[in-house]
Amino acid sequence: MTTKLFGEPVRRREDARLIVGAGRYLDDIGADAYAAAFVRSPYAHARVVDIDVSPALDVDGLLAVYTYEDLTGPMAEPLPVLIPHPQLTHARTGYTLVRDVAHHVGEAVVMVVAVDRYVAEDAAALIEVTWEELPVVVGVDAAEAAVHAVHPDVPDNVAARHHQERGDVEAALAASAHTLSFTQYFERSASMPMEGKGVHARWDADDSALRVHSSTQASTSVRAAIAAKLELSLEKVEVIAPDVGGGFGVKIMHPWPEELLVPMAAIKLGHEVKWVEDRREHFISSAHERQQRQEVAVGYDDDGRITALDVLVWHDNGAYTNYGIIVPINTATQLCGPYDVPVYRARVNSVYTNTVLVTPYRGAGRPQGTFVMERTMDRIAQERGLDRLEVRRRNLIQNDQFPYDWGMTFQDGRPLVYDSGNYPGLVDKLEALVDWPGLETRRAEAATRGKLLGAGMAMYVEGTGPGPYEGAHVEVLGSGKVLVSTGLTSQGQGHETVFAQLAASELGVPLEDVEVTTGDTRRFGYAVGTFASRAAVVSGNAVALAAKGVREKALRIAAELLEADPGDLEIDEGLVQVKGTPGASIPLRTVAVLSNPLRYAFDEAARQATQFAGPGDDSKPPIAVGDSPGLEYTDYYSPLRSTFAAGAHAAVVEIDPATWEIDVVQYAVVHDCGNVVNPMIVEGQVQGGVAQGVGGALYERMAYDRDGQLQNASFMDFLMPYASEVPDVDIDHQETPSPLNPLGIKGAGEAGVIPGSAAIASAIEDAVGRRIAAMPISPTELYDLMRSDGEQVPRLPTATGVPA
Amino acid sequence: MKPAPFAYADPRTLDEALAVLSEEGEGAKVLAGGQSLLPLLNMRLAAPTTLVDINRVPGLDRIEAGEAGVRVGALVRHAALLRSAEASAVQPLLARATANVAHPAIRNRGTTVGSIAHADPSGEMTAVLALTGGSVTVATPDGSSSVDWADFFLGPLETAVHGPAVVTSAFFPALAPRSGTAFAEVSRRKGDYAVCGTGVVVTLDEDRRVASARVAHISVGLVPEVHDLTDAVAGRPVDTADWAAAGAMAQGLVDPDGDLHASADYRRLLVGALTTRTLASAAAEALERSA
Ligand SMILES: Cc1cc2nc3c(=O)[nH]c(=O)nc-3n(C[C@H](O)[C@H](O)[C@H](O)COP(=O)(O)OP(=O)(O)OC[C@H]3O[C@@H](n4cnc5c(N)ncnc54)[C@H](O)[C@@H]3O)c2cc1C
Repeated sequence: MTTKLFGEPVRRREDARLIVGAGRYLDDIGADAYAAAFVRSPYAHARVVDIDVSPALDVDGLLAVYTYEDLTGPMAEPLPVLIPHPQLTHARTGYTLVRDVAHHVGEAVVMVVAVDRYVAEDAAALIEVTWEELPVVVGVDAAEAAVHAVHPDVPDNVAARHHQERGDVEAALAASAHTLSFTQYFERSASMPMEGKGVHARWDADDSALRVHSSTQASTSVRAAIAAKLELSLEKVEVIAPDVGGGFGVKIMHPWPEELLVPMAAIKLGHEVKWVEDRREHFISSAHERQQRQEVAVGYDDDGRITALDVLVWHDNGAYTNYGIIVPINTATQLCGPYDVPVYRARVNSVYTNTVLVTPYRGAGRPQGTFVMERTMDRIAQERGLDRLEVRRRNLIQNDQFPYDWGMTFQDGRPLVYDSGNYPGLVDKLEALVDWPGLETRRAEAATRGKLLGAGMAMYVEGTGPGPYEGAHVEVLGSGKVLVSTGLTSQGQGHETVFAQLAASELGVPLEDVEVTTGDTRRFGYAVGTFASRAAVVSGNAVALAAKGVREKALRIAAELLEADPGDLEIDEGLVQVKGTPGASIPLRTVAVLSNPLRYAFDEAARQATQFAGPGDDSKPPIAVGDSPGLEYTDYYSPLRSTFAAGAHAAVVEIDPATWEIDVVQYAVVHDCGNVVNPMIVEGQVQGGVAQGVGGALYERMAYDRDGQLQNASFMDFLMPYASEVPDVDIDHQETPSPLNPLGIKGAGEAGVIPGSAAIASAIEDAVGRRIAAMPISPTELYDLMRSDGEQVPRLPTATGVPA
Repeated sequence: MKPAPFAYADPRTLDEALAVLSEEGEGAKVLAGGQSLLPLLNMRLAAPTTLVDINRVPGLDRIEAGEAGVRVGALVRHAALLRSAEASAVQPLLARATANVAHPAIRNRGTTVGSIAHADPSGEMTAVLALTGGSVTVATPDGSSSVDWADFFLGPLETAVHGPAVVTSAFFPALAPRSGTAFAEVSRRKGDYAVCGTGVVVTLDEDRRVASARVAHISVGLVPEVHDLTDAVAGRPVDTADWAAAGAMAQGLVDPDGDLHASADYRRLLVGALTTRTLASAAAEALERSA
């Protein structure tokens, strides 16, 4: 391999297209499509008494109105439980349109189709639904109290009791020299991609074929769901994810009701139908994540080393459990992070509430787990009078302990085994990056400006790149163009660039010759989806393997033509050549032409491959037994287990004691995702993740009132940080390759968000000397906290290794 | 998030605009920059039957800065006022406050007069109109008249203008001699409507002692209010005046509400902190201007 692109900070090739507005998003498709709008439940828990659609029927341009009554066959059944789990004993899912009871504000009850979205909304506004209100459950505390039930046949509101353990935690706690116990809260936020969901469907009645575009993270699985629900044969359904304006997890949930209803309407009406989610719909009918109450008991020795950790989490899963208990499992299994916790028990009670369902949002249960572990570390540091870096150093898994087997089961159903890591290295780098020992000087300087300065840190380990598999197809055309396709989708992460780098590196062609297509089931039918920081790990390795297959075939063909040994050949800049013999070469594009023996010449290039073009070997058939025409290859990568990335973050905040405004003045990240394919893209992912981490820590929350009404269902009141609120991030890398996959890479997509709340809480606590046991926190809440008789915490000098 | 059906008129003269407004009656609404009205329409929180777009009416886009003050036409965008050196030379609060209005994209379309006509007590310019003792000119089919700020704001999103009327301009009196101003706010994110904002004017006497100190807040009451804090600092030289006492006095004069982003107590805290800070800086400026 002489064309080296692996590891280079190649500029994102998709940006030019996306930035100048030449992207093709869902709403750019189907200008003539009919438009769908929905009547959604205004109540968090209510029974449908009557639906009167008649006032809408006079609206000019109305085409169809559907209610549950119009659904037949599998469409009338509840939506699937996507990821069944034995501990998910009481799974409940809704229907595509409310059958009799709505369980959260925003559930779709009536679908309206009209000539355009304006008319559809006019008609929807006229439909009268009579409701009988039922008691509402909001928040984990109310769910646990179970005065009311979200689902009558689940009276305790508990969907699942997830349980993982290692050792006898009660005994170990009893035997510990010191113990602490405390309770913390973590609030809801949401993925909030700039582009909401959207679906466009076109039915070809002559062919009985359906083409669906969906702004999804999982087109192959959406395709399977549509085929099953609408009773179509799989090969008659195509699903394409066009350019997708962000996903962050909410679009891995599927099938959304609209992904089934829009195709259904397109078939019934024999016309293209489109639905584009608006922001209010996104707030009240997509997914949220993150609310938990966390009850922690920890035992530790005189040196601050943890001897036992027992965590009971009450996890709000919203009204339904379509996505199973992946988020609770992530919390339970990723909570201990980089620390060698010898005895551990996690119990997560996943409970129903009358709120939007909870499915993974970037980080997916890990920010909450990290919040438990890292705040525990800070408390131990305070109790033992140790520097916060030092107490962490004492508890880290050491480099010689890998592979580190937890004896538990991860979210992919495989053993929880850390494959590799260098956690002490992360702390050393972070200490230098943020100049931890210099913080006291900075604190004093800030004080002269009337500001309270504080610093905090947090570490995490993230299981990335879970299976079961991904695949890729690589083909070299006679033009020299290289087509790469994956079934895995893309939502702006830069997959086009990274997959092209991998294919170009492996094949020895210029990057410009490579064209990447993702998430189009017409091109690649087998895939799982984009989630859990898995694209680079799983699809990346599949692309490399497929490209390698193509390379081997190309060398085999070229070797015959050049009368050389394949082992003596190399490919560089698209030319197959004999190493060290200038002139003895053949362009890869010619090899592609010759790989497909032809009878008919349709252009100049093809002539070379026709049957009278040149002398052949008459003793062999044109295509050898077991071989196939064309210079293409398909391969799959199926990881044994997840691979574990890690990192350490530090936040420095300044707080104005007159207004309690909180300013993140520095944010430092040391990041280890194994071998890095493209450092620029990894840094972009980290920066974006940190932005969401800051958002989750200081700005975002889902403000449900007691009636289950979301009070801030717009960008005016749901505060995502602007660029002006997000600090520049100081980033340092460490590369500890994964031994599990050929490229040695680990995932990087979610990492940036995971420790945000933990690090920022720690920094605020350090600045103000009051316990921060709930996140997010806003200035008005900080003011309340400062006036309350909340727990005072000792502020320790941040000097490494020096006990106070 | 699509508006209910409405008719649209784009008159080419003020008279034509007033005529359409009269004809259409109650359901008609003036459309200026659309930065407040269109979101309300899209969320179907407002459903006017006719939008009367005044953007093509000539002559409404002028900023006239004279000795007496600054007249800002109905189609002057926030961005234009922010950039007008003539306007801020006459009344520095204009640029100071406008800099806090939303983000550049919104300032490029939204109008200063529109934000006053909209009468959102979180809008910076409502407070500036009040603090400077300004007025608006209201055109109706019966003629034009001037309405003092104190008579104009009746409640949140409610003004004394009813029926067919266009606010054609707002007038902000010039800053008095030996005076200084300041404007500061706390918002959750840069460019957001403020959680609390404060504009102040401090005037010194000929001995450079505090002669008057006035404050107006945003996002604190239902309508803009101007509070006279002179008693707390009257007759004191700038460097020994107890600005914190004036801040405390301001806290006692307001009656803020709580919402999702700030409790009433927190707003009161900010009233004190921001008033104290802005007064000190306005006084320093007044001192400079007295030199
Ligand atoms: C994201 C965002 C953030 C914002 N942040 C702020 C902020 O921080 N501070 C702030 O002050 N504003 C803010 N705004 C509002 C913005 O300043 C608006 O432009 C302004 O409030 C209204 O001006 P407009 O020209 O857009 O009026 P329009 O939206 O066109 O009209 C608003 C209302 O005023 C009436 N109206 C407008 N002009 C006239 C007139 N000449 N005569 C009679 N009636 C009239 C209309 O009928 C309508 O009822 C924000 C807006 C957005 C979208």
